[in-house]
Amino acid sequence: MPANAAYANSRTPAGHVPDPLVDAHDGESRGLPDMPPDPVMEAFGLNVYYGDFHAVHDVNLSFGRHEITALIGPSGCGKSTVLRCLNRMNDLVTGARVEGEVTYHGQNMYARNVDPIAVRTHIGMVFQKPNPFPKSIYDNIAYGPKVTGMKVENMDDLVEGALRGAALWDEVKDKLKQSAYGLSGGQQQRLCIARTIATKPDVILMDEPCSALDPIATARVEDLMHELRSDYTIIIVTHNMQQAARVSDRTAFFTARADETTGNRTGLLVEFDRTSQMFSAPRDKRTEDYISGRFG
Amino acid sequence: MSIATTTAREVTQSLATGRSKEHGPAALIFLGLLWFSMFFGVVVLLVLIIDTIIEGSSRFDGALLTEYGSRVSPETTGFRAGILGSAWLMVFTALFAVPLGIAAALYLEEFANRDRWWNRLIELNLQNLAAVPSIVYGLLAVAVMALLGFDNSGTVLGGAIALALLILPVIIITTREAVRAVPREIRDGSLALGATVWQTTWRQTLPSAIPGIATGTILGLSRAIGEAAPLVVVGLAGSVRFDPEGLLSSITALPMQIFSLTSQSQEDFQTAASAAIVVLLVMILGLNGLAIFIRNKFQRTW
Ligand SMILES: Nc1ncnc2c1ncn2[C@@H]1O[C@H](COP(=O)(O)OP(=O)(O)OP(=O)(O)O)[C@@H](O)[C@H]1O
Ligand SMILES: [Mg+2]
Repeated sequence: MPANAAYANSRTPAGHVPDPLVDAHDGESRGLPDMPPDPVMEAFGLNVYYGDFHAVHDVNLSFGRHEITALIGPSGCGKSTVLRCLNRMNDLVTGARVEGEVTYHGQNMYARNVDPIAVRTHIGMVFQKPNPFPKSIYDNIAYGPKVTGMKVENMDDLVEGALRGAALWDEVKDKLKQSAYGLSGGQQQRLCIARTIATKPDVILMDEPCSALDPIATARVEDLMHELRSDYTIIIVTHNMQQAARVSDRTAFFTARADETTGNRTGLLVEFDRTSQMFSAPRDKRTEDYISGRFG
Repeated sequence: MSIATTTAREVTQSLATGRSKEHGPAALIFLGLLWFSMFFGVVVLLVLIIDTIIEGSSRFDGALLTEYGSRVSPETTGFRAGILGSAWLMVFTALFAVPLGIAAALYLEEFANRDRWWNRLIELNLQNLAAVPSIVYGLLAVAVMALLGFDNSGTVLGGAIALALLILPVIIITTREAVRAVPREIRDGSLALGATVWQTTWRQTLPSAIPGIATGTILGLSRAIGEAAPLVVVGLAGSVRFDPEGLLSSITALPMQIFSLTSQSQEDFQTAASAAIVVLLVMILGLNGLAIFIRNKFQRTW
């Protein structure tokens, strides 16, 4: 059952063999965490390996429609790894292996007959470092629709729409033919968001989208995320706890645990809940330590 | 005096010693050696070039470029056949080597799985190929021509095959470097939009790598244009008295002509050979200049 699957990570129900990687910190019954009512994507028993290295252990999550879900946790706990599994970008990493299921509208994206290219047209991604293509602003936006063979009646309209959608139109409407490299970092990142929404995805994944931006550019991107929420489902990785608290509806907290024999640090999901709940009354001691800065 | 001022003074003293370790005797000797080595190389080269220019200077005339080679009138012998032959060779060498080299480099960089033994073998071979003596490529070209069913390999086709094989490793290696310099983020950005690896390579990686590829190709060509050894093996003539007309016309090349003239005893032929060397140098300098121009014009900082 998906709704409880995530919960099983932080609790050990009666009769269940305790998982060595999850310690039974909590146990008090404070009621079930509140699961998204209308999940667009869900992960079940997601395990990721890089070669022999077990990077992520048994993650269960669900992402609600028109919600912003934040993935937080210390460095190296596998947030980016989990995020990349959600649009099969991990397929491109040599040696990466994914076990478990990731469903999109109930369909397992790791099933044999699923085309990872098609997955990525539905689930777009924005990266940590703004990475516009070395082309004009216009061509940056038009690239996605062109390569995916989207039927476009009027490319100019589509470009304008995408740029408006990313709150960038007014700043660039007079220099669409100029190189995207002439934009500021914050503008470049919004261009990358515009480029992503130009292919009309359903879900947008963002991996620390503001970590290369100054506070003003960050605020603009955060505002943008709020606007985008009414049309898209957003999943964002962030190191910034205030940002998670400001923008997200739900938060998933990950941490890494060292294996006793090998010392390899495997990431696992500790807690997944409404952001308000998580930041006011975390259920798990580790979450509490992390968000109050007592992590160490 | 406060503690802060005392410490500040100590720091100043330890910094302002009046001596510098950069100028110790050992460092100076070593620097001198470096300078000497550099001057040695540059001076030898300059002397050679100036000597050649002086020797050939009496023949810097129109006939040098427009006349065919002549045994009867050594004072007006020209290198028309060689210059045209070399130009044709360069064009076809580039036509053969560039697509093959780019394709091979793209395969190795973007598609090949490095864990497979055959890909590692190819890579190892490639590095060795770049060190193979050029004469061997001449033999290889003769073999290829025989396989293709041509009796006479001393043609544009035979020569271009030899030179293309010769510069293929250089083109592959420089193209791979240019492709590798395109940041991973550009590829990821394209793939995340739903582009295939093929589309990403064709529309993002390759265009971004073109300046590097062009520079590598031109440098390869400027090496090929000065080669005589593989062309001798292929059987190019030392002198012809007609212009090249097609892939299968017999030709000569500038280095070949120079080579055959320097073995003549008459003074006028020696002078003509020196003048032709200057022509060859100018052609090579032109190619290198073009490479530098392309690199600067399209240089991209990420
Ligand atoms: N391509 C890869 N090959 C091998 N190991 C990898 C690869 N990518 C990530 N890892 C490992 O997987 C673990 C999780 O990495 P990941 O990048 O997902 O962490 P993260 O939570 O995003 O960290 P950060 O907050 O620093 O971005 C790390 O131990 C990392 O070393
Ligand atoms: Mg990360």
